[in-house]
Amino acid sequence: MSEDWPLYEVFVRARSGLEHKHVGSLHAADARMAIEHARDVYTRRQEGVSLWVVPSAQIIASDPQEAEALFEPARDKVYRHPTFYAIPDEVKNL
Amino acid sequence: MYTQGLDAQGREPEAPAGGAAAERFQARVDAEEKIEPKDWMPEAYRQTLIRQISQHAHSEIVGMLPEGNWITRAPSLRRKAVLMAKVQDEGGHGMYLYSAAETLGIGREEMVGQLLSGAAKYSSIFNYPTLTWADVGAIGWLVDGAAIMNQIPLCRCSYGPYARAMVRICKEESFHQRQGFEIMMTLARGTQAQREMAQDALNRWWWPSIMMFGPSDADSPHTAQSMRWKIKRFSNDELRQKFIDVTVPQAHFLGLAIPDAQLHLDEASGHYRIGAIDWSEFHAVLRGNGPCNRERLAARRAAHENGAWVREAAAAHARKLKERAAAAAAA
Amino acid sequence: MTEPAAAHTAAHVRYVLRLGDTSLILGQRLGEWIGHGPALEEDLGLANLALDFIGQARLLLTYAGELEGRGRDEDALAFLREAPEYANLTLVEQPNGDFACTIVRQWLVDSWQLQLYQALAGSADARLAAIAEKALKETRYHYRFSSGWLVRLGDGTEESRRRTQQALEELWRFTGELFAPDAIDAQMHAAGIAPELAGLRPAWSEAIDADLRAAGLARPADPSYRWQGKQGVHTEELSHLLAEMQHLPRAYPGARW
Repeated sequence: MSEDWPLYEVFVRARSGLEHKHVGSLHAADARMAIEHARDVYTRRQEGVSLWVVPSAQIIASDPQEAEALFEPARDKVYRHPTFYAIPDEVKNL
Repeated sequence: MYTQGLDAQGREPEAPAGGAAAERFQARVDAEEKIEPKDWMPEAYRQTLIRQISQHAHSEIVGMLPEGNWITRAPSLRRKAVLMAKVQDEGGHGMYLYSAAETLGIGREEMVGQLLSGAAKYSSIFNYPTLTWADVGAIGWLVDGAAIMNQIPLCRCSYGPYARAMVRICKEESFHQRQGFEIMMTLARGTQAQREMAQDALNRWWWPSIMMFGPSDADSPHTAQSMRWKIKRFSNDELRQKFIDVTVPQAHFLGLAIPDAQLHLDEASGHYRIGAIDWSEFHAVLRGNGPCNRERLAARRAAHENGAWVREAAAAHARKLKERAAAAAAA
Repeated sequence: MTEPAAAHTAAHVRYVLRLGDTSLILGQRLGEWIGHGPALEEDLGLANLALDFIGQARLLLTYAGELEGRGRDEDALAFLREAPEYANLTLVEQPNGDFACTIVRQWLVDSWQLQLYQALAGSADARLAAIAEKALKETRYHYRFSSGWLVRLGDGTEESRRRTQQALEELWRFTGELFAPDAIDAQMHAAGIAPELAGLRPAWSEAIDADLRAAGLARPADPSYRWQGKQGVHTEELSHLLAEMQHLPRAYPGARW
C-alpha cells in the first residue's frame, strides 16, 4: 500500500559520555518524522540526550550461519589479554 | 496488557520436525540462551510467536479505548494528566510489541489488517465498558494487576526481542497499577456515592479479571509446547491463584467486597479459594458477543480509515523530497 | 488593598488565566485524539502535546489562584467556572475536525506561543517568567511537530493539500484575536509583566508566511470579525467542551478524586 511508512531502527544515548544503544524500531514517512517519533516513543521518561534513527533496510548484519567463522577464531588468541603474561608480584606498574 | 488466554486461541503448534538444527535450537532454549531474529528457529516457533506477540500488541492498542473513554472527563487535572500518560504508554507498549513481531518477518500493516478484519484476537477484557470513573481505577488495579502477573515471566521469554520489549513494558507499567489502586482508595475513602461507585466497579471487573488468565489448566492442555520453548513459564491456574492471593487482601484494605460468596481462605494451604468461574461468559465474549466487541473494532477501523489520507500524504511528501534531492544532485 | 492595587491584581489574575485557559482547552482537545490518531506513533506524539498543555495549565491556574487569593486551586478554576468566565482564545476551543484541522490549529497556536513565551521569559513577574521559560522549550518542539506536519500535508497529495487549505480558511478567522491587545494587555505591558502584544505580530506573520510557502498553501485574507474569547465571549463549542470536562466535579459537589 502506498500509505505504508518504512521501518527505522532507533538508537538512544542515555547520557553524554555513553554510546548510542539500540532500543527498538518505529515507522515514519521521513527522517524528520523518524526523529520526532523516536523522541515521542522512546524518550518519554528521560531515557536519552541524543537520538540516531537509521532506516532498517540500511542495516547490514552478519549472518548467524557465519558466526563460527567470524567469531570463533578469536577464541584462542589469549595472548591479546593482559592476564596471559606471568609477571612476578614484586614488579610494580606493569 | 497481556492475557494468558490469548495463547490458547490458536491451534496447538506442531512439534518441530527433528533434525540437527531443531535439536541445537532446543538445546539453546534449554540452556536459557536467547533466540535472536536471524537465528534458525522452527517454523512453528516463529508462527506461535507472531500470533502471540501481535495479539499482545493488539490488546495494548484496543486497551487504549476503554480508559481513553474517560480522558476528557477525568475529575481533576492531575488525574487527567496521569490517565493521558497511561493510555499513551499503552500505545507505546503496542508499538514495542509490533516492533518485536516485525523482527519475525511480518509487517505491521499486515498485523493491523488482521486485527481490523477480526481475524486476530485481542484480550477480551477490553470488550467490557467503562461506565463510571471508578472503572478507570478498577482497570488499573485489577486488569493491570492481572497483566503484570502474566507479563513478568515473559521478560524471560526465549525470544530476545519479545523479552526485551517486555522488560521495558514491565518497567513502565509499574505506575499503572498503583495509580489505579490510588483511584480506588480515594473513592473508597470518599463520599457514600463514591464508595458505591467503587464497589460497583469491583463487582463488574472482578470476574473478567479472573478470566484474563485463560481457561483452567485442565481445559488448556496444549501449552506444553510453549512451556518447552520457554515462551510460557507458568500455567494459567498458577498465575490466577497468585493474582487472587495478592488481590483479596487489597480489597479488604479498601473495605470493598469481592463479589464471590464462596470466596474463603483455605487455612491449610494459605490460599484464597474462589467460587466457580462462569466460562460460558468468557467464551461468549471471546467469540465476539461481549458488550463492546463491535464498538472497539469499529473505533480502531475508524481511526485507521480516517488516517489513511494522512499516511498517504506523508508518504507522498517523502517521495517528493527524495525526487527533489535526486534532481538537485543531477543538476 | 488600595483600589488601584486591587484592580492591578484582578488584571494580573485575568492575564494569567488567559494563558492557563488557552493551554487547558487545547490540552483537552488534543486529549480527544489519544487512541484515534492516524498512526500509532502520532497517537503518542499528540498525547505528548496534550500532556505538555495540561502541565502548563496546571502551573498557570495554580498561580492565578494564588494571585487571586480566594482559595481557588487549579481544579476549582478548571472545573467550577462557566464558559463566560473562561478566558482562552476561541481558536483553541474549535473542534478537532480532521487531522488537517488539528494540525493547522496547533501550528497557529504554536507559532503564537513561540513569540509570546519568548517575550514572557523576560517578564518582570519572576514566577510567570519561569513558567514561560519552561513552556518555551515545550513550544519549540510543538512548533517543530506542527510546522513539519503542515508542510507534509500541504505538499503531500491533492487530497491532503485540499483538506489543509480548507482547514486554514476555516480557522484563520480566529487569528485576529491572537495579537489584539485590550486594556488588560496594556496594563500588564505597562507593569513590565507582559510584552506589547501587537509588537509580536510581525515576527509571527513572517514565520507563518515562510511555513505556508514551504507547504505550498495560500494565506487567507485577514478576518473582519474579531473574536473575544479572552474577554469571555466564546463560540458555541466551549460550553459543550466544559459540560463534558466538568461533569464529575459538578455532579458530586465537594467530593475529592
